[in-house]
Amino acid sequence: MKRREFLRGTTVAAAAGVLPFFKHLPASAAGRADTLVVVTGEGPNSMDIQRTGSNRPSYQIAVNLYDRLLSYGVKTLPDGSLMYDYQTLEPELAVSWKVASDGMSVSFELRQNATFWDGTPVTAADVKWSFDRAVSVGGFPTVQMGAGLLEKPEQFVVVDDHSFRIDFLRQSKLTLPDLGVPVPIIINSKVAMAHASADDPWATEYLHRTPAGGGAFMLERWDPGQQTVYKRFDDWKCGSLPALQRVIIREIPSPATRRALLERGDADVSLDLPPKDFKELHEGGKYRVAGVPIENCLISLGLNMSFEPFRDKRVRQAVAYAIPYAEIFKAAAFERGLPMWGGKSFEPETIDWPQPFPYSTDYEKAKALLVEAGYGEGFEVPLSFDLGLAQWSEPTALLLQEGLAKVGIKAPLDKIPGANWRTKALVEKSLALHIKNFGGWLNYPDYYSYWVYLDGHLFNSMNYRNEEVERLTSETLHLAVDDPAYEPNIKTLLRIFFDEVPNIPIYQPYLDVAMQQTVTGYEYWFHRMLDCRPLRKA
Amino acid sequence: MHASKLQLVLSRLVQALPSVLGIIIVTFLMTRALPGDPAVYFAGPAATEQSIEQIRKSLGLDQGLPQQFWIYLADLARGELGTSFSTGIPVKEELLSRLPASLELTLLALLLSVAVAVPLGVLAATRPDTWVDHLCRVLVTAGVSLPVFFTGLFLVYVFYYLLGVAPSPLGRLDIYYLSPPTVTGFYTFDALIAGDFEVLRAALAQLVLPAITMGLFTLAPLARMTRGAMLQVLGSDFIRTARASGLRRSTVLFTYAFRNALLPILTTLGMVFSFMLGSNVLVEKVFAWPGIGSYAIEALIVSDYAAVQGFVLAMALLYVALNLLIDILYTVVDPRVGMDA
Repeated sequence: MKRREFLRGTTVAAAAGVLPFFKHLPASAAGRADTLVVVTGEGPNSMDIQRTGSNRPSYQIAVNLYDRLLSYGVKTLPDGSLMYDYQTLEPELAVSWKVASDGMSVSFELRQNATFWDGTPVTAADVKWSFDRAVSVGGFPTVQMGAGLLEKPEQFVVVDDHSFRIDFLRQSKLTLPDLGVPVPIIINSKVAMAHASADDPWATEYLHRTPAGGGAFMLERWDPGQQTVYKRFDDWKCGSLPALQRVIIREIPSPATRRALLERGDADVSLDLPPKDFKELHEGGKYRVAGVPIENCLISLGLNMSFEPFRDKRVRQAVAYAIPYAEIFKAAAFERGLPMWGGKSFEPETIDWPQPFPYSTDYEKAKALLVEAGYGEGFEVPLSFDLGLAQWSEPTALLLQEGLAKVGIKAPLDKIPGANWRTKALVEKSLALHIKNFGGWLNYPDYYSYWVYLDGHLFNSMNYRNEEVERLTSETLHLAVDDPAYEPNIKTLLRIFFDEVPNIPIYQPYLDVAMQQTVTGYEYWFHRMLDCRPLRKA
Repeated sequence: MHASKLQLVLSRLVQALPSVLGIIIVTFLMTRALPGDPAVYFAGPAATEQSIEQIRKSLGLDQGLPQQFWIYLADLARGELGTSFSTGIPVKEELLSRLPASLELTLLALLLSVAVAVPLGVLAATRPDTWVDHLCRVLVTAGVSLPVFFTGLFLVYVFYYLLGVAPSPLGRLDIYYLSPPTVTGFYTFDALIAGDFEVLRAALAQLVLPAITMGLFTLAPLARMTRGAMLQVLGSDFIRTARASGLRRSTVLFTYAFRNALLPILTTLGMVFSFMLGSNVLVEKVFAWPGIGSYAIEALIVSDYAAVQGFVLAMALLYVALNLLIDILYTVVDPRVGMDA
């Protein structure tokens, strides 16, 4: 929305007696119970998650401003914090759904009274247009839809205004969960089509700046690089109406300033602080710090098979024994995570994922393995890390370097700027030894394996290839969890991961959010965005 | 006199043309040589080879360099700077909103530092080795040696966090204010034009800490240059003659000495100004200031060609304009300059 238009809107609304945004209020107004002030390091660069080049913070627009057919349930963790529950799917725009008896399609009943912000009803035609768009625009949304085997527009069928069907190409346990991720948003197709053109049939130019949906919040203001303001959509029907009237998300690049704003009470929620700050705020006890381990995410060390010594399994295991895990966990992660070392056995007992690998710091064992492999006198290998994540990756790299030096492996540090990282690590796959931080949205070990262990896949920066892993992963990926073959398959996979260690997990990081004690209802979501709908302010 | 001044302006403008052309070519080539592949970056976390190719095509990066350069030139001729990949917003629009933010801050900072540095430099030069001179030295050393992000964070810590007298460092306006209708892009002037004194006060309050931070840094070269230039002039023959002729101390100091010392000060001022405009990224980061420096840095990080080129070009044009202005000021200050240009 342009500011002028917004101002015009303000005058109209003020005349109607509802002032949407105060021209000026005393500073104490930051304490208003219906307005939430969030400070974050980076803001959205687009209002459209499906656009080429939308950054991660743009996903929050999809989460808060748009609805999906399905959402996930929420569970309470032992420490009282709330977390989405990947095992239960819940209605959002769809009130119910049913998989056909032959298992080859699913039918959705849409909410009868749901409308978009402009008041027009949400119909199955909108859903079809939106899904067609997601599988056709290319890039990230199309790949993400493909993960759930949603690939072609023909799969999406309008039965009547409020009934919608998806025909499966093949069966997959990932299809329904994939409808609950941020990507398959329901767009107001009439508005979008009015702004489409022959060159731009999916209205990407228009939706980039102007969201057109029916989610719980509407966009009140977007100043790219500065702030995003949401306003509640009072006629939202797809869930319980948010308690907050307005959410102001300000971009504050300096983490020190973000922390100061929280401590001075000018911000309600502070995101993306360094682990050290979260630890201190948590221990101080004056603020609520919600830290939930990020599902399916590992901070790990990748060993590239194109580097001669790492082709030998014993060398990889030696590296796994030469990592000072506890020191890294303490000094780099500030214990904001779960240890992923010190597992008991090379035989996985459960199919829990992630679970600790059976390695711990043991320099003698590492040296013995190196001698056995013929590298008793050691070797030199550059250790690469992403400078964009230097807050934790640099201390991690330094401690790794120290540990490796004790067994004769010299590891000069190779700092790679953020923009270069993806090309070097993921596309060229040219880094011999490197720190990884991949996390998968859908919480299954086979999904992690699909991205990280399959040859040629983007996050297999290790150039790892194992025929058994290739076979088992593709067999298991779309298999239902209660299928009798699922558990043994996963156990075999885990056994290979433990034994072969092309990717050595160090810890599973937390997603931390610091907020005032007055803010309640925070839920952790796999997409790591702040879902403002359940939040309240006392 | 007038004709020669016009001639000077024209000749300077003509002289600037080759350098602007050179800048266009060099920035184009340099952005292409940046490490990292924008197509890979923008393909997002779950990219496949195919989706990266799709994106390369949609960004126009599958075409050869000469074609890309040709398209860029054609856009420039139409006054278009292209669209930033990462924000999806025309570069011109972003520069137009961010440049005034940077200018407003830099100008105020410069004003503050001139107001302190010049009198301080003059005083230090007239009273060498007294306490004023020592104070000047301490300030200069501190200004140069304290990194701006440190000064910035320190000021935030003391005046916002501890004392609570400064407003929250949230950029150009506090959360509960709306920006005034755009006329100049300077919030203070725009608020004045709109007659909104509440917003004017708020905008000024936000400016104080970042302006002092930057001012402290720019103070050093200015004060040192003033002191040095004044010392040199005060030691010269014509000042001795003026003093010997029994002219008043203030006449000697201001009419004769200061005016002659002004030339190097002006040069330094121009350099400091253009330097600060582009390089105050750290101040912008600490105070969440939506300026041009942080825009350029973010564009560089993601190899956003159009944005980087637009930034460099805008800065180059600004430098040319600034140098021109300084040259003209020279002729005002010193009649000897410009006659034979």
